[in-house]
Amino acid sequence: MIIKMTNIIKKFFEGTDNQLCILKGINLSIGAGEFVSIIGQSGSGKSTLMNILGALDRPTDGEYLLNSKNIADMSDAQLSDIRNRQIGFVFQTFNLIPRSTALGNVELPMLYAGTKAANRKNHAKHLLEMVDMADRANHRPNQLSGGEKQRVAIARAMANNPDILLADEPTGALDSATGRMIVDIFHKLHKQQGKTIVLITHNKELAAETQRIITLHDGEIAGETT
Amino acid sequence: MLLWENIQLALEGLRANKMRSLLTMLGIIIGTGAVIAIVTVGGALTQVITAQMRSIGANNVQVTLHPRGGLDFTVGFGGAPPAPLQRDLMTGEMVNRFYTAHHHSIAALALTRPVGSGWAANGEDASIASIIGVNSDFKRVNSVEIVSGRFIGEGDGLYAVISHHLAQELFPQSDPLGQKIRIDIGENTDFFAIIGVYEHTAMSLPFLGMGNNAAGHNDLYIPISAAGMMAEDGQGFQSFVVMAEDGVDIDGFVAQIIDFFSPLYAHNPRFTVAALPMATILGVTETMMAAISIAVAVIAGISLMVGGVGVMNIMLVSVTERTREIGTRKALGATNAAIRLQFVAEAVIICAIGGAFGVILGIVLGYAGSLFLENPVLPPLSIIFIALGFAMAIGLFFGYYPANKAAKLDPIEALRHE
Repeated sequence: MIIKMTNIIKKFFEGTDNQLCILKGINLSIGAGEFVSIIGQSGSGKSTLMNILGALDRPTDGEYLLNSKNIADMSDAQLSDIRNRQIGFVFQTFNLIPRSTALGNVELPMLYAGTKAANRKNHAKHLLEMVDMADRANHRPNQLSGGEKQRVAIARAMANNPDILLADEPTGALDSATGRMIVDIFHKLHKQQGKTIVLITHNKELAAETQRIITLHDGEIAGETT
Repeated sequence: MLLWENIQLALEGLRANKMRSLLTMLGIIIGTGAVIAIVTVGGALTQVITAQMRSIGANNVQVTLHPRGGLDFTVGFGGAPPAPLQRDLMTGEMVNRFYTAHHHSIAALALTRPVGSGWAANGEDASIASIIGVNSDFKRVNSVEIVSGRFIGEGDGLYAVISHHLAQELFPQSDPLGQKIRIDIGENTDFFAIIGVYEHTAMSLPFLGMGNNAAGHNDLYIPISAAGMMAEDGQGFQSFVVMAEDGVDIDGFVAQIIDFFSPLYAHNPRFTVAALPMATILGVTETMMAAISIAVAVIAGISLMVGGVGVMNIMLVSVTERTREIGTRKALGATNAAIRLQFVAEAVIICAIGGAFGVILGIVLGYAGSLFLENPVLPPLSIIFIALGFAMAIGLFFGYYPANKAAKLDPIEALRHE
């Protein structure tokens, strides 16, 4: 198991009158090389689960083993390193750095990993080729279409060759044809490179294409279909 | 490694917001420029003043009445020193005895008796003049340059030496030598024959823009004996200047002067006699000028601090604007330290570039200012590095708080930021 969550609880405003319990004891295991989708209504706790999965946040209680290491015990710097090397994020709104070129954006995770400049550049070019964006390498985000931006974002997520890709509504801001193309890239990465992919979506058709669908409801896992 | 990337990143950011960057830098530019210009002009001024004082003579020793009770000759806040009375003054007889006793060490001994400010007139043309009685040695001690005729000599009668400036004013058409001028001081009127014209160069400070009244330019010299008749305040001397022979040990000479006069003033409750070598006066002047320069530069440095506050302000705005970017960077693995470094580097680079422009501005202003002092100089390299270093330190100091704020952002909150 690459991901093993045991009784994960996440509370906000703990100890105040406004206390919210968003995740109420999640038990979830994801094997290496699996392509899993997580679906659920807004407010079901998808985003919170995604943040914990992506080591952006720590659970209030419970155990989260990522590659057999407990995330809950890690320092901020260790979490940064996990995000940098083991997880690749793809966001709904792309989140490219506006002032940097496509190439610069793809280089960014390698920069934080301490890769040498020349290697960084070569590898970033290679990654852009992989998503058919090589000819756009020196364009800035505002010169790219939505689909192009998301392809750059996927190339960036792959920069440090992470074990896991976490995609939060990656097609949410795209038209269906472009969305289709983006999901195809995920399928390709899954099949050809054996990436573990967690796709968070409310699009049931896209979810149906994945190996396993986990349905979240009110902070609990309401069902799993394979 | 990350530092170089951050420098490039910061430069990109500055290019993207040219106007804002320039305005942010403006405070730093002005601050750095002011510091460098002031230090440059201060240095030039010190050079001019000390050069002029030195031209008067490094071997000169001023012998002067000195109030008892520890008052320094650079009397500042303690109020004016007590004015010497007639009985306190050094008499001509004392000076004569001193000269006789030490004539082998003395190259020249300048006596002066200021008579006061009056009118020097040739018929209808009159000009303000400062009438000073002098002896013949005054010329040598004070480096007076005679352009025509001769200086006051021993035993001269009612003769006067006037400045070239005054000569042009009173005798625009004719040769002043041998002509009579009328000197009016208060109720007294006397006629003096002009025997010489001098060009006073020492102690003239053109930048003070005093025109006709420039120090030395309206001094009118008459024999000290004649001055004694015109002045009402008696026959003594408050001070005189002696020029030591070359090769005489100045410190030893000063001790001899004190040894000579101390017994004469042993019973005077208010005054004693002090001997100040020119070198000491020069040293004190240099120290004072340096202190003033530093004080003014520190004040200019405050404007650099104000510029730093401007940088901090813009950095805080920038952090808010780029909250989402910061969140993204954190999601991609940037540590808090990496984010902090990015923003600190940006602030330091703004200040370094502003500082560099400021250095150029300071050099130009300083050069222009020192040109005005007729002593064009460039700032010392050390002050350029100090000013640049200080500007960058300002960036570090004022950039740290916004950078730390950026570093401490919660990545989830930051990613959600609109």
